[in-house]
Formats: sequence, structure tokens, C-alpha cells
Amino acid sequence: MTGTYLGMPAFPEAAREAVRDEVLRANLRHATHTIRDKRARSVAELADWDRLRAAGKAVKDHTLRHLDRYLLQLEEAVTAAGGTVHWAADADEANRIVTDLVRATGEREVVKVKSMATQEIGLNEALEAAGIAAYETDLAELIVQLGHDRPSHILVPAIHRNRAEIRDIFRTEMGSWGRPAPEPLGDDPRELAEAARLHLREKFLRARVAVSGANFMVAETGTMVVLESEGNGRMCLTLPETLISVVGIEKVVPTFRDLEIFLQTLPRSSTAERMNPYTTMWTGLGPSRGADGDGPAAFHLVLLDNGRTDTLADETGRQALRCIRCSACLNVCPVYERAGGHAYGSVYPGPIGAILSPQLRGTGTEIDASLPYASTLCGACYEVCPVAIDIPEVLVHLRERVAQGGPVTRGGVRVTLRPADGRTAERATMRAARLLLDHPGALRAGERLLARARRLAPRRLPGAGRAWTDSRELPTVPAESFRDWWARERGDTQ
Amino acid sequence: MSSKDRILGRIRRASANAPDAEIPRDYLQVHGTRTPAERVDLLAAHLAEYRALVHRTDGDGLPALLTRLLAERGARTVLVPPGLPPHWLAAAGPVLVPDRADSTPHELDLVDSVVTGCALAVAETGTIVLDAGPDQGRRRITLIPDHHICVIRVPDQVVDSVPQALPLLDPSRPLTWISGPSATSDIELDRVEGVHGPRTLEVVLVGRE
Ligand code: SF4
Repeated sequence: MTGTYLGMPAFPEAAREAVRDEVLRANLRHATHTIRDKRARSVAELADWDRLRAAGKAVKDHTLRHLDRYLLQLEEAVTAAGGTVHWAADADEANRIVTDLVRATGEREVVKVKSMATQEIGLNEALEAAGIAAYETDLAELIVQLGHDRPSHILVPAIHRNRAEIRDIFRTEMGSWGRPAPEPLGDDPRELAEAARLHLREKFLRARVAVSGANFMVAETGTMVVLESEGNGRMCLTLPETLISVVGIEKVVPTFRDLEIFLQTLPRSSTAERMNPYTTMWTGLGPSRGADGDGPAAFHLVLLDNGRTDTLADETGRQALRCIRCSACLNVCPVYERAGGHAYGSVYPGPIGAILSPQLRGTGTEIDASLPYASTLCGACYEVCPVAIDIPEVLVHLRERVAQGGPVTRGGVRVTLRPADGRTAERATMRAARLLLDHPGALRAGERLLARARRLAPRRLPGAGRAWTDSRELPTVPAESFRDWWARERGDTQ
Repeated sequence: MSSKDRILGRIRRASANAPDAEIPRDYLQVHGTRTPAERVDLLAAHLAEYRALVHRTDGDGLPALLTRLLAERGARTVLVPPGLPPHWLAAAGPVLVPDRADSTPHELDLVDSVVTGCALAVAETGTIVLDAGPDQGRRRITLIPDHHICVIRVPDQVVDSVPQALPLLDPSRPLTWISGPSATSDIELDRVEGVHGPRTLEVVLVGRE
């Protein structure tokens, strides 16, 4: 992972800044609570939610175990349907492949569907360096791009902006990217959406190259799947002559039938809807090979590793590759709610970011070494995760790794990490602790989880406490937190 | 060594000790039991919840209803997929624009409305699926015009659930799943209809007679 995020302050400092920002916190609180409550209702509609969750987890685990086989099958199916498959070991290679493909078309601009993978590799910046303009077409991504900003949420990347801020951004910036915002422009969401529609339509109708990601790729049939709401995805996937999709290798599923699980769990977990407004599925160039002008005449799939195989090599951490990027874990996280997405210094914010980024990028930088501490271990993220990723377990595992060092895989090679320098981990722990002590609710939840997850507790203290615990045993975590015991024994809660 | 070989090599080393998992398929194929009429009602309710406009008629009433709906939107031109049953728009007022392979996106942008059939509809999620069949035409014609009228034959084209829908679809065809009109919640989570796809989705449920 690269680009905009490097050189960011470590999580504790970034979080401290964000926590001071009252507007940001109010925007975030409103947004996360709204989605969270709606999601719970939508999930409750399905009596078999737990079984869907178990099935989703199993599909992903099974696929990861046989990832080589399924990727080869996928390549064969996509190729048979007229597409071309490229393999990219890291961000640089992926950027090079995409840049060359765009250059070969002779075009100087591309339209983009929101894609975490292309943000992760810094594709827009790489294209810009090659003289190619990349236009984000998702409304929130457009707001972020026009605002010279970074996304702060997986699903609602401009969650930190309110309507007045968005109006100001549209007014001052739209003109320099294309069609200017209409005047006068109010701050009603309807008006703002209309301004975006006019601004982007001009781009869609003339675009000849599009870049997308994908939510799923089906090995059996070579089918690509993109879920979205606005129709900007359909525009990009349908109108341009050349379509380039950059997709992480973990997004493959074995069979077309497997989609029945994720098409039920993903929309409900992310936007709390029974189904998102638009889902587009395409298989290579389709039966007509694009000859009738329905869909692109050329399709390229770039399969991206960029740290995923290293993550796969970690027995505890590999479960992060099950993630379907629904963002449910962000919306329930007390730390995310207060710190905001930018504090995580990565395109993957929130609980999933705290375990994915340090695995994809390694824990060499201060921000990555501090991310495993950006959590209260309250367990809410695990509860909501539709593929049952035990995020707290991975966090504890990564903390141990940061504090004690140990064997990891980097670029496919086994290396032994040295423990992070004491100050990094120490500061991270202390800041995280203060955030918790300031928020008794989070602390309560954290203690409760710790009791439930006793076997996961590290045997030694990270950071500052490490030398002390080198020669002593940590006291064991009690089976029940004091607060819970008090509540049970005294019958009142606080 | 090619990147493909390098990545596959890394995968094989990394996943050698990974646990395999049997995939439990004990989740439900359908959520609840419904009569065909209840299934259609549920579809209508879920579509309406996502602010699609739902109408009901029978085969005889369809042409007049379509004419009325097009007139209400002030449509002067309407896109017609090649295989749309001709009598559906026999009574239509607007100028019929046949979809041609060489019509440009800009030409399609000038058309007011589009009328299509569908491959099937899913009641539990309020979803219509298009597969570019003759009565639906190319993907782009249901995307660019601002007004889409989709005709669903009920109860025959309606299934209960997503697990029932997938086996009926051919993945080699371009599939478009539509649940309500284009929408965004990106600005303070206020839902706004119509960002890029059609702002208005009208669904006509046509009974057997
Ligand atoms: S970790 Fe789970 S809850 Fe979080 S985004 Fe990924 S799938 Fe969703």
C-alpha cells in the first residue's frame, strides 16, 4: 500500500487531532449510529443469518486453502470469454500494467468506479504521473477527490463531510475538473446530487476507458460482480470501450451458486438494505463479444497480490482475507466513532483496517505498528462481521508481534521481525488507554470481552511493560470483569 | 519467473497448512412460505419501499396503462428493445425509438423513457433481474434514459429468494440486478433517488388475464 497515506502520524496522534474536531465527531456519530441501527433491523429479517454467516466464512476459508486452483480456473474462464488476465505481485506492477493498458488505447482520461484496491495501490497518482486523468464517479469519492481529501469510510467515504461543506467544495472545485456546479447551488442533498449527475454525465458519455474493482469473481464461470447504488458503476462497466478491473486475489469465490450467500449478507451488512439498487455481473465480453455495443469491446482483469499472500501465510492473521468490505465493523467501533477514518492512515479504516493494513504493509512504520492498538477489544466488530472474522483475536496476535517480534512472511520470504522500538508501542498503548478511560462505555465493553477471550491475552505486556514481564508472569485475566461481577451481585448497573 | 508463477508459488507455500472447510448449506432457500399471490404482493411492497412506482394490470389493460404512464411523465420518445411484444406499445403516443447496435450514448441520452420486460424478479429483496434478453435489450438502454418502465409477468416471473433466482440465470449473459431506482446516501445519509441511473423506476405487474 502506498501513496497519500505514508508519512501520516501514528494512530494516537492522528486520533487525538480527530477527537478534538467537534464537527467531525458529530458527523460520524450521526452516521455510524444511523447505519448501525438500520443494519440490526435488516439482519433480524433473516432467520438464518447465523447459518449464512457460517457458510460465508466457510466459502472464504475453503477458497483461501485452494486459492491457486481457483485463480487458475478463473483465469481460464475469463480468457475463454474473451477477457485478458494479468498478474500483479505488488502495487508498482499493477500500476504499470494499468498505465500501459490505458496508454495503448491512446486515451488520456479514465472514469473510475469506487475501488478499494486501486486506492490501496495509489493508482490515481500513478496515472496522473503518466499524464492520465482518473475521474472518480461515486458521489462520495467525487466529494473526496474534489476536496483534495482522503476517504474516511469504506462505504461512505465522505462520511466526515456535512452538506454545507460539500456545497462549498462543489462550488469552488467542479469547474476546474469539468462541468461547473450550477448557480445558485443550495446545500439540499437533492440539489447536490443533481450537480454531481450533470458534472459526471458529461464524462460518462464520452469516456472510452474505465477502471473498476469487483466485489466478487466467480472461478467456475469467470463472472465478475459489482454491487453499487448510484448507477455510476453501471455507466463505467457498460459504456466505455475498454474496461480494466483491478481486483485482490482474495475476492474469488468458487461457484456461481456461492453468490447466493454474499448477495444476502453484503447489502444488509453494509447499507442495511435488503439489496443494493444495482448489481452488475459480466463474464468476459459476454456471448456476443461486445459486437453489439453492449459492454466493452476489451476487458482486462488485473489480479493483485500486494501483500495478500504474506497475509495468507499468517495462521491467525489470514482470516482478514475473508473480508468482503461491508464496513459493518466500522459502524459499531467505539474507537472509529471517535477517531474517524483518517486516523488509521490507510484506505482501510476501522477495525478491519487495524488488522489488514499492518499485515499488507508490515509493521515497519510507526503508524502500522500502532494500528493493532487502535481498539478497545470490545468485540462488537466480530459480532457484526458477516464472515465472522475474529478481529480482536487478530489484534491481540498483531500486538504480540509488534511487541515481541517474530517470524512473518514479507514478499513471500520468511523473515524474523525485531520487536518494535519501545517508544512506539508504549505511546500507542498509553494513548489507547486514555481514550478508553475517557469513555467508560468502551472500557466496560472491553473488559467484558477480555474476560471472554482470556486464552487470547498475551502472556507478556507489550511495549513499556515488556522488560517487566520478561521475568514475571502476568496476572491471569479473571473469568468475569469486576463491573460484571458487581452488577450481578448487586443487581444494579451503572 | 513471471509474476503469475511468483504469486502462485507464494500462495502454495502460504496456504499449505491452512484449514479446509466444508461449506455448510443449511441456510434457508426461502424465508417463509407464500402463495403465488402473496409472493407478488411482497415483491410489490419491497419495490415500493425503495420508491419504485408499482402498478398492476392484466394483458388487456397493459397497452393503455403504458400509454398513460408515458404521458404522465411527458415522454416524447421511448426506447424499445427489439423483442418487446409489439402490442405492448400498440396504443403508445410517444415516438418509438428502436434500439440499434450503433446508437451512441449521446443519442440514447436524448430519449425520455424506456420500456422493457425482465428475466425474473425476487420478492424477498424487491429485485428485478435483466439478462439482456430480446424484450430487455442492451444494458445501456435501461441506464441512460431517466425513466424506466419494467414489465413483470406475474406470478410466473417472480421467485421468492436469491437462492431460487441464481439457478435460473445464465452467468454468461450480462446480468443487471435492479432494486429500486438509482439512489445515493452519501450526503449525511439522506437517501436521494436518481444520481446516474434512471431517477424514476416504474414497475408494471401484469397478471395472467
Ligand atoms: S471485517 Fe467483516 S465487518 Fe469489517 S468490513 Fe470486513 S466483512 Fe465487513
